[in-house]
Amino acid sequence: MSTTTTNHPPHRAFSPGRILAIASNTFLELVRQKVFYFLLIFAMVLIGSSAFMVNFTFQEKFQVLKDVSLGAMSIFTWLLAVLCTAMLLPKDIEDRTLYTILAKPVPRLEYLIGKLLGVLGLLAASTLVMAALFAIVLYSRQQLAIVEALSGADPNASKEQVAEMVREIKATTFTWSLIPGIVIIYLKAALFAALTLLISTFASSWIFTIVTSVAIYIIGHIQPIARDYWLTESGGTALTKVFLAIVSLLFPDLQLFNLVDDIVAGNAIATLLFLKTAALGVIYVLVYLFVAYFIFAKKEL
Amino acid sequence: MMKRISLALVLLLLFGAVRMPLEQALDKEHEAAFFRGAKLNLQLREKIGQGSFLAALSGFRSIVADLLWIQANTAWQNTEWGKMVMIFDSVVTLQPRVIMFWDLAAWHMAYNASRAARDNPKQPREALRIKAQREYFELGKDYLERGIRNNPDRYTLYDRLGLLLRDKFEDHCGAAAAYAKAAEFPDAPGYEKRFAAYELSHCPGREREAYEMLLKIYNMGPEEHLPTLLSRLKAMQEKLNIPEDQRIKFSSEVE
Repeated sequence: MSTTTTNHPPHRAFSPGRILAIASNTFLELVRQKVFYFLLIFAMVLIGSSAFMVNFTFQEKFQVLKDVSLGAMSIFTWLLAVLCTAMLLPKDIEDRTLYTILAKPVPRLEYLIGKLLGVLGLLAASTLVMAALFAIVLYSRQQLAIVEALSGADPNASKEQVAEMVREIKATTFTWSLIPGIVIIYLKAALFAALTLLISTFASSWIFTIVTSVAIYIIGHIQPIARDYWLTESGGTALTKVFLAIVSLLFPDLQLFNLVDDIVAGNAIATLLFLKTAALGVIYVLVYLFVAYFIFAKKEL
Repeated sequence: MMKRISLALVLLLLFGAVRMPLEQALDKEHEAAFFRGAKLNLQLREKIGQGSFLAALSGFRSIVADLLWIQANTAWQNTEWGKMVMIFDSVVTLQPRVIMFWDLAAWHMAYNASRAARDNPKQPREALRIKAQREYFELGKDYLERGIRNNPDRYTLYDRLGLLLRDKFEDHCGAAAAYAKAAEFPDAPGYEKRFAAYELSHCPGREREAYEMLLKIYNMGPEEHLPTLLSRLKAMQEKLNIPEDQRIKFSSEVE
């Protein structure tokens, strides 16, 4: 009787390779979904059309162009984050892929990390595409505005005045501060992807997940008002105070990630301040992922 | 499972307690860097409506402000000045850091609305037309002053205030102060200091100060020897009776 031995590598408790495999698979699955193309095309049409929309307003064309483009990026990355993540677990359960993966065995933590990384990859890709289109539209409008300004300039204007005019156009169009602004838009969407993943670990349907996520989006923007009222106002009943405390502690402060409006207005964001805000976003993602695992680890499938 | 979800809620509440002081500190840093300056209150909700207010609260205040701005454009085409003031007030509340909104709101009031009030064919009494015109000048000035309070780190609105005080109020001392303030900013264009000196030369009682300021700019080099500067310097030399040996000699072309 002979025995054959196969040289399988030993099973590792935590494998970045497995996570990467799940993440790339999730990314490809999401890219193939129609909702991705629908949202991306809609966002790109909105960003592209903002170049023409500016003709309807007077004087400051670039303010509208930047507000509309960055607003579109903000809405669509958030929508993508919520819609794509909400359907991840229910779809895997429906297709029975989840059972196949977890039976391999793949730890549930790896599965969740892989799924989230897949969504984050998709969000990064779509943010990059939208940012590239935005940069092209902005740059072409800037060049057009400079040509128009130079051709229409007062012939008696000094060199200094002409240079100031060009400088002002450039300052109102593209500033480097827009890049951290776009990164913060991405981080806000990443936060929502992690939060939606957390909700989907205990939600009974993906509709519930989406509705809850949207509600948290609105509450999260009002959270600082509730927090300030809870901490500073002395009036109000005990019940009100408890309610405000729960709102303040449970929901994220989304206004902290709403810097792009002021960046468009010309505010420069200091590197340290940007890093602190970004770090907070990363902490939110990690904590929500951990809590999602905490629920998912004991979930009966 | 319910026990697990309850524990998860407790974890989230604990996370909330840990992050709250950090978020408050970050919030303060944002405010110090002029972020989150918009104050969305019930008064604004009444002006812009529930839907727009909710959109503004949900992180889309810049888009709401832009839509209102487009409405202001329509109101301008219909010369509805009162409606424009209402819209401008909402826009600058939503976006207090956008210089352009303050600047154009002030310009519309002080230059366009004031002209329309002065030429109002429905008002036969000239005194009342002049009064209405002055009220619009004041409204324009008020936008600029409020804009400066919201944007003390930028020179542009000081420049516009200088222009308004010079053109509409003929307050040369005030205009000089505004231009001088604009010139203090490191990114301000070079003409701010010249404009400050020109205006000061028209300010009664401050001719000596203006002369010294003009002389200082003149000594900066030939690129500063612009026709208005030479003309004001010549006028100041005459007015202050500067001794002949200390005077700068100008060509006869200088007025």
